Amino acid sequence: MSDKNHDPNQMTGAAMIVRALKDHGVKHLFGYPGGAVLPIYDEIFQQSDVEHILVRHEQGAGHAAEGYARSTGKPGVVLVTSGPGATNMVTPLTDALMDSIPLVCITGQVPTHLIGNDAFQECDTVGITRPCTKHNWLVRRIEDLPQVLHEAFYVATTGRPGPVVVDVPKDVQFATGTYHPPRKSDVHVSYAPRVKGDAAQIRKAVALLAGAKRPVIYSGGGVINAGVEASKLLRELVAATGFPITSTLMGLGAYPATGANWLGMLGMHGTYEANMAMHDCDVMLCVGARFDDRITGRTDAFSPGSKKIHIDIDPSSINKNIRVDVPIIGDCANVLGDILQVFKAEAKKPDVKAWWQQIATWKARNSLAYKKNNDVILPQFAIQRLFEATRGKDTYITTEVGQHQMWAAQFFGFDEPHRWMTSGGLGTMGYGLPAALGVQVAHPDALVIDIAGDASVQMTMQEMSTAVQYELPIKIFILNNQYMGMVRQWQQLLHGNRLSHSYSEALPDFVKMADAFGCVGLQAIKPGDLDGAIKEMIKVKKPVLFDCRVAALENCFPMIPSGKAHNEMLLPAEANDEATAAAFAGGKALV
Amino acid sequence: MNQPASAYFLEEQKTPNETHTLSVLVANEPGVLARVIGLFSGRGYNIDSLTVSETEHQKHVSRITIVTTGTPMVIQQIKHQLDRMIPVYTVVDMTLTGRSIERELAMVKVRGSGEPRVEALRLAEAFRARVIDASTESFVFEITGNTTKIDQFIDLMKPLGLVEVSRTGVVAIVRGPEGM
Repeated sequence: MSDKNHDPNQMTGAAMIVRALKDHGVKHLFGYPGGAVLPIYDEIFQQSDVEHILVRHEQGAGHAAEGYARSTGKPGVVLVTSGPGATNMVTPLTDALMDSIPLVCITGQVPTHLIGNDAFQECDTVGITRPCTKHNWLVRRIEDLPQVLHEAFYVATTGRPGPVVVDVPKDVQFATGTYHPPRKSDVHVSYAPRVKGDAAQIRKAVALLAGAKRPVIYSGGGVINAGVEASKLLRELVAATGFPITSTLMGLGAYPATGANWLGMLGMHGTYEANMAMHDCDVMLCVGARFDDRITGRTDAFSPGSKKIHIDIDPSSINKNIRVDVPIIGDCANVLGDILQVFKAEAKKPDVKAWWQQIATWKARNSLAYKKNNDVILPQFAIQRLFEATRGKDTYITTEVGQHQMWAAQFFGFDEPHRWMTSGGLGTMGYGLPAALGVQVAHPDALVIDIAGDASVQMTMQEMSTAVQYELPIKIFILNNQYMGMVRQWQQLLHGNRLSHSYSEALPDFVKMADAFGCVGLQAIKPGDLDGAIKEMIKVKKPVLFDCRVAALENCFPMIPSGKAHNEMLLPAEANDEATAAAFAGGKALV
Repeated sequence: MNQPASAYFLEEQKTPNETHTLSVLVANEPGVLARVIGLFSGRGYNIDSLTVSETEHQKHVSRITIVTTGTPMVIQQIKHQLDRMIPVYTVVDMTLTGRSIERELAMVKVRGSGEPRVEALRLAEAFRARVIDASTESFVFEITGNTTKIDQFIDLMKPLGLVEVSRTGVVAIVRGPEGM
């Protein structure tokens, strides 16, 4: 009889979890302890390979893991307890599902014999998280645990990435079983995402591209997810074809903002030239984007004259919102590589000079222009100054959600992928501060800035305490206009200027608050203060809350009113009351 | 200001709805049916009928047959959404194969006496329904067939004292030697 103590693969469920993290190369995990995960925390205490970051609220752990994942390309890992620990993770899980971020979330559960008994801190975690994960598991037997843990990492990181939940009852954490390292048979045979694009479809796509007179490339977050290689190939394709390129909010940085063919972001608050090019193009190449309603505007008037090529790893993204002519299922990097190869071998660079001239006339409208002001700081100006001050530095930007997010996307230029972390699909206020934490954990020496709004930042403000504990020098750059700016903008445009509950009458003093947290508080009130204060913020090697007081009533333009087409944009210069009323007529019920 | 009824600018339906029968092979594991049903309710798809049972015990495979209604674009979307679920092996649109056989089983309880009772029995015979329970004032018929046939039988039973119906929903299989 063999002695169990000598088999190194015999261990408790809790030990298996920590071991699996190591086997999958996990260096950091974000979490919060509680009754149902104590055995796992006990294991974490007794090792030093995996560093645990203690947050102040589980939602913070989730967004921090998202920031970690988005900035590294590796999965973010979260550990939370049962019941409220799990329910507090619902927002970040949904956020990660919408933006295709790989997350592995391990939740504790009450012991198996208590499941279904309304036990203390019990909730139906797999039931609650089923619609907000790519897949989830409740592990009732220790025998299943190693396989499920390995499959969880595989599912989260392959195909279209996404969040997964592994729910482990406390008795399974205590039980002893046999661990095995990751192996191929750990994964459902029914799960086999397609990576390589169909050769015939790729030929069709190249033929369309080669014959294009008014082409546009529309890239998205899928290019970022496909890794640095995909961005490289995208740049090569743009160079080989000479085509103009625009990107979604999620895709910024895949093609450099300083690149010659860059049109700026498209969509509801995208540039005029990007949206007009989308509307009038004859061939559209969509790479890793999903024709979301913030991009298309009115779908029946979306790019009416174009042949559309759509590259996506998820077949359900094809023809969901917009019917396309040449769908190609596969990984962006893989398909872009194939397209590039066929294009270079068989096609000549198309003549698109006339198209570029047309684009130049749209560009000349200067759709991002704003009126300069010497008395108050304009939010656009603040972001431009911030961008100038960070040039040449190793910078990562996160945002919250609202006007400041759109201004950041419009005025901060990204030249590399993985540098821009924002909640695009779900639009989660409170994402940016904890996401910045996660980014800073992954890149300790980088300059990590959360461009925030005064309303959003209060949703997860408690995580400043985490930043102080772990000496993570994140910079929270708050564009403080005392309003929920985007809500107010819509109330002004669509609800007769009745500003229902979009004004915060009692904001905290952010500088004093910084002091209370033990970090640094800075403030800029006049345009003249700005550069000096930003310089100070970058210099300080501590977490900073930067209270940037901006013009209270500035609105975000240009804008495609919801329910309108790309060529019905409202430009800032034209946004007087009459034009606005006309542009928004009928759109009240839209989101 | 006229206000659209929906939150999104929904295109007016230019294409009419179609009814399709989908066969879905899934790993028989806890929660798999909840995933499928949650997908339909979460994304606002219709379920006209749904049947599920384990079909291969050794391999833990269950077969789900779903009858759904939607525009061709929605039907295609449903298939893709099902197919990308981790425990789903295959999704086959039985309607598109053009060679599928569909059957339902129903138990139909009819109460009555005298001429209506005799008439019910006569019709049952014409529809090849079997009597599986009888009392002096009632019958329970077992009938198998496609949905239209069963609907028709139930309609005929209504004036003859129909009490209640229990039906399985549609199961389907493709003709010929090949499996799915």
